[in-house]
Amino acid sequence: MTTLDVNAGPLKGQMDKLFLKKRLMNFAVPAAIILYLGYVCFAFDVPGLWQRASLDNARTLVSDSYSYKTHVTRDNRSGLVTYAIEGERKGEYPEGMRPAWVSATGDTTVIDLEDGHVVRFGPETIEYDIPGYGLVSATPSRSKGVQAVLPEGDLPEWINLSKNRLAITTDAGRLTVTRNRAEVFRYFMGWELFFFTLDSPYHGMGAGELLSRAVSGEAGAIANDIWTNKMWRHGDVAWAIGETILMAFLGTFGAGLVALPLAFLGTRNFMPVRVVRFAARRVFDFVRGVDSLIWTVVLARAFGPGPLTGALAILITDTGTFGKIFSEALENVDEKQIEGVASTGAKPIQRYRFGVIPQITPVLLSQLLYFLESNTRSATIIGAITGGGIGLLLTQAIITQKDWEEVAYYIVLIVLMVMVMDWFSGWLRKRLIQGDAGGH
Amino acid sequence: MADLTANAPRTVDEIRAQYTDLTRRKRLYGGVLLVLFIAMMAAGFRTADDRNAGSFFDGIHRILDYPGEVLSEASEKAGQLPGHMVHFFPSLIETLNIAGASTLLGAIFGTVLSLLSTRGMAPWPRLIPVFRRIMDICRAIPEIVVALVLIYLLGGGPVPAMIAIALHTVGSLGKLFSEVNENASLKPVEGLYSTGASWAQRMWLGVIPQVGPNYVSYALLRLEINIRASAILGFVGAGGIGYELKNSMSWGQGRYDEAAAIFVLLFASIVVVDQISGSLRDRLTHGARKGATA
Repeated sequence: MTTLDVNAGPLKGQMDKLFLKKRLMNFAVPAAIILYLGYVCFAFDVPGLWQRASLDNARTLVSDSYSYKTHVTRDNRSGLVTYAIEGERKGEYPEGMRPAWVSATGDTTVIDLEDGHVVRFGPETIEYDIPGYGLVSATPSRSKGVQAVLPEGDLPEWINLSKNRLAITTDAGRLTVTRNRAEVFRYFMGWELFFFTLDSPYHGMGAGELLSRAVSGEAGAIANDIWTNKMWRHGDVAWAIGETILMAFLGTFGAGLVALPLAFLGTRNFMPVRVVRFAARRVFDFVRGVDSLIWTVVLARAFGPGPLTGALAILITDTGTFGKIFSEALENVDEKQIEGVASTGAKPIQRYRFGVIPQITPVLLSQLLYFLESNTRSATIIGAITGGGIGLLLTQAIITQKDWEEVAYYIVLIVLMVMVMDWFSGWLRKRLIQGDAGGH
Repeated sequence: MADLTANAPRTVDEIRAQYTDLTRRKRLYGGVLLVLFIAMMAAGFRTADDRNAGSFFDGIHRILDYPGEVLSEASEKAGQLPGHMVHFFPSLIETLNIAGASTLLGAIFGTVLSLLSTRGMAPWPRLIPVFRRIMDICRAIPEIVVALVLIYLLGGGPVPAMIAIALHTVGSLGKLFSEVNENASLKPVEGLYSTGASWAQRMWLGVIPQVGPNYVSYALLRLEINIRASAILGFVGAGGIGYELKNSMSWGQGRYDEAAAIFVLLFASIVVVDQISGSLRDRLTHGARKGATA
């Protein structure tokens, strides 16, 4: 009892101290996190972000990613009317063809925007009949600008009028009249011309008719029209995805092949010379430390843009990582199996083949396949820098700042690609490693 | 039964014949796989080489030209290097901050998502698959996609990169964390439940102390990855040292000393952070081992 009493005093003091420390830590850690986040908030100027953020851009992005617009454009000098999807040359209607909701008689073109909204391109005057508001007419001329006649009352905020320009934005569409031209946008849901462009004979056909034509021997022509679609470039996109996966594949497995022999140099049990071991390990550290960004930049100078550069950048970066992982795996190899193989009179190379390799194969394969999936993502990013694969297409589409439907399409494809690679590498890992474990 | 015995080998010779047959077949499969793999590598290399702007065998001689030019110019102007490093230090800090903040945010949201998607801890067990899919999608979207879209919406700067990397981190840390959670004991949670603790209290007091060291270890590993990612995203326009590198590179010859300074800064910071986080992780696992034996 007495000894316990003697010891209890300092013990209690220690416990109190420990508890105080823990209690302080409980508050200190969240406080430090909040302080750091607060500091970052100001360092990154998050409060000023709202001024810089562009809501208009957000609206365009969201609406453009699921809808498209058809432009009806009248050249006011020649009176010629053209129809183009998204206003792009490759989406133009061929001569003599026009959308079903536009009718033309003589010099007058009538554009039906539905819900009672009708725009008339007359020989001289452009009229827009807006239900619930009235008729707006505008006469463009080279000398007097745009002369608009509006119903009585204040100018609503969705009409923008100046001397040389009239712009009306309604739910049904949009009309712009300037001195040189008049243009109507009509919005539609979905992705336009996804399968066939307007110059294809199969444009506008139903799935049933397409199927019957495909059966009757036109399957090749139909597939060709989809594949060479100028608007969506399915062929190029498929190639780009192939290139990205190729970069990941070549980079990952190439790195594995290069790293495996080098890994032996960095292990304690296979490399008795300390200097070599030390050098090998520092090489791995250096290669990993330089980082794929710098490798990409350096390699792009030597090989130019393209998938090979990306593959080599992944290869070099991952050689360092694999070298480290493999030499750790090799250091954990069981010596007894090697001795067993050696006792049968096996030569060194056979000892490695049958004593070492089977032991590290599972680790090796699972690491390789794990990196294959993560490198698919890296290859997308590296492709955006070196210019290859789907990463390049994505950056190009984003730079135009108007092809958001293509951006959305590429994003969906990239996510699907990564998910498929994830699933595939997981499946292969399970198959190979289980098969291996069962076999030996 | 009769079928089984009928097929079973009787004599040693038959057993040996079957065994050699089996090994031969296995060797054949292995050989076919190997040949297929080599063929794929070769074909892949040829395709990549064809579609590249410059070919491999032309470029291999030039591989050291660029580093050589940079080094020679940097050594000529060696006196200016420290000045450049001081000049670019703030952007290095920005890159490190992007990585740090996104790792922190990713770890916080990843913790919440992982707790929501672990059986036995989730407050709404039926929604577990939903939260898992959310993490899968976060993981599958490459950072560059989110970053580029956000740069368009929010303008350039570090915030798009931070959000992009944080999103990806949520997915990958969430997955790793939920694997850690699976191994955590549920007894403290039950004990807290019996005292009437709320879900947040049960998680904060019952689960987090068990899994904390593992969480921190994974988060540190992620920090190493995120520093590289934030440097790369800078290169496509999200600020930080990557952006400066792109600028000084596009100036070309004459500014290579700046590029060299940035290379050195980036390399040094990656190595230093790797070392620090490596030793911290070592201590964390070490501490955990000591706790387990005590």
